Amino acid sequence: MSEFLVFFLHGLAYAGLLFLVSAGLTLVFGMMNVLNFAHAAMYMLGAYFSYTIVMQLTGQFWMSLMICPVILFVIGAVVERFLLRRVHRYGHVQELLLTFGLAYIITELVKWYWGNYPLAINVTGFLNGTVSIFGIIYPMYRIFIFVCAILVGGVMALVLYKTRLGIILRAAVNDSEMTNTLGVNVPLVFMGVFAFGAALSGFAGVIAGPLLSTFPGMAQEILLDAFVVIVVGGFGSLGGAILASLIIGELQSFGVLLFPKLSMALVYLLMAAVLIIKPSGLFGEES
Amino acid sequence: MLEVKGVHSYYGKSHILHGVSLELKEGELVCLLGRNGVGKSTTLKSIMGVVRPAAGSVRFRGQELCGKEPYKIARLGLGYVPEDRRIFRSLTVHENLLMGIKSGRQSAEGEAWSVEKVYRLFPRLEERKNNKGGHLSGGEQQMLTVVRTLMGNPRLILVDEPTEGLAPLIVKDVLEMLITVRQSGVTVLMVEQNFNAAIKVADRFYIMSKGAIVFSGNREELMAAEEVRKNYLEV
Repeated sequence: MSEFLVFFLHGLAYAGLLFLVSAGLTLVFGMMNVLNFAHAAMYMLGAYFSYTIVMQLTGQFWMSLMICPVILFVIGAVVERFLLRRVHRYGHVQELLLTFGLAYIITELVKWYWGNYPLAINVTGFLNGTVSIFGIIYPMYRIFIFVCAILVGGVMALVLYKTRLGIILRAAVNDSEMTNTLGVNVPLVFMGVFAFGAALSGFAGVIAGPLLSTFPGMAQEILLDAFVVIVVGGFGSLGGAILASLIIGELQSFGVLLFPKLSMALVYLLMAAVLIIKPSGLFGEES
Repeated sequence: MLEVKGVHSYYGKSHILHGVSLELKEGELVCLLGRNGVGKSTTLKSIMGVVRPAAGSVRFRGQELCGKEPYKIARLGLGYVPEDRRIFRSLTVHENLLMGIKSGRQSAEGEAWSVEKVYRLFPRLEERKNNKGGHLSGGEQQMLTVVRTLMGNPRLILVDEPTEGLAPLIVKDVLEMLITVRQSGVTVLMVEQNFNAAIKVADRFYIMSKGAIVFSGNREELMAAEEVRKNYLEV
């Protein structure tokens, strides 16, 4: 019983991380129709910046949790304004190639500056502790990840469904050209959304650092799972990203426990099943 | 009020508009006629900036529009009602209307458009205010598309095939709505395939063929020009 609980909690923690990575990815795709291959590379940058801030400069994990998203926000805004926007008129394939190239460049820069080996980020104090849940001792940090995901998801849902900005964002997901002709500065909205997506991926990277190891392959590792999340949840859907993150997180976790040999395949089997039954994803709009 | 001069537009490599020129005076309701694929919708899109003209000029109240982003053109007082009723499907009717509001824009003259005014004039939309846009009927969607654009209090609206695919009874509703809009002081440039609908509501007509204007005149002139109608309109 307690073994199940541990794996369930592991699943929740991974689901939280997956959500933080995929929320930005799905929002950017839903609105701009750009599948951002560099998203996971930005997540990795978040983790490496965090390494420098925590392990080399300040020793404060909280500090990097605040600073890294801001740095990534700026990087995201610059990438959108000066690269993506110029390529936009040539079509989606070119946009895809741009983000693909960007992912490679970031990965190589990371190897060059930080080295091609794993780095450890240690958290101290409260987050390094444990909690007792139904008689089992569980690391506080994993609970913290899940709480962060709930907070971020909650704030995003509030903005999307309770504010004027949210109406504009959802309208742009439906039809960005129409939104533009109604007098909304859509290029600015795109830049903001792309920058926010990058900031969120940076935040996720900071969170992932102490949990998984920080190494140049970490982007690839999470990218596939994040893609599965947005396909299963439905492109552009926040609700879909939440549900799909939970499903994939738990599936990964229990897969290892119950079918160790199949655990890698389970996620893709699920994706195939969803694509066959409802090609637009669980929460996707039929088009 | 609107002056389009020698506009050339492309979709990718195909040359759609070959020097379109037309003019609208304040308060007019003008209809752009012509067969399928002659560039009527592209003309509206080129005015609105959705398609960027490669050459030519579009002036609105003395300001050049060519090369501007659609949102800037919209903020100058143009409204665009596209074909295919592009409402925001996952937004409610109410939210669709809110999307039309442009901050700080007053109406040309008279009472400004507001959510309350829309609900008063079109009670059917109020009944459905919390429904998702995607769940409305075709006629309701068409009305919503038009009033959503009116919410921004435009001086001029470009309306693309408002009666396409609607039942005859609803066609009448939509046309009456456009007449109401025009009476409220808004200038209208409309693209229409349905000649019988157009002839009833418009003051002046332009006919397009192969990406250029081939006829311009009022109702009497159009009715008299039998050759023109035979060559460019009737199938």
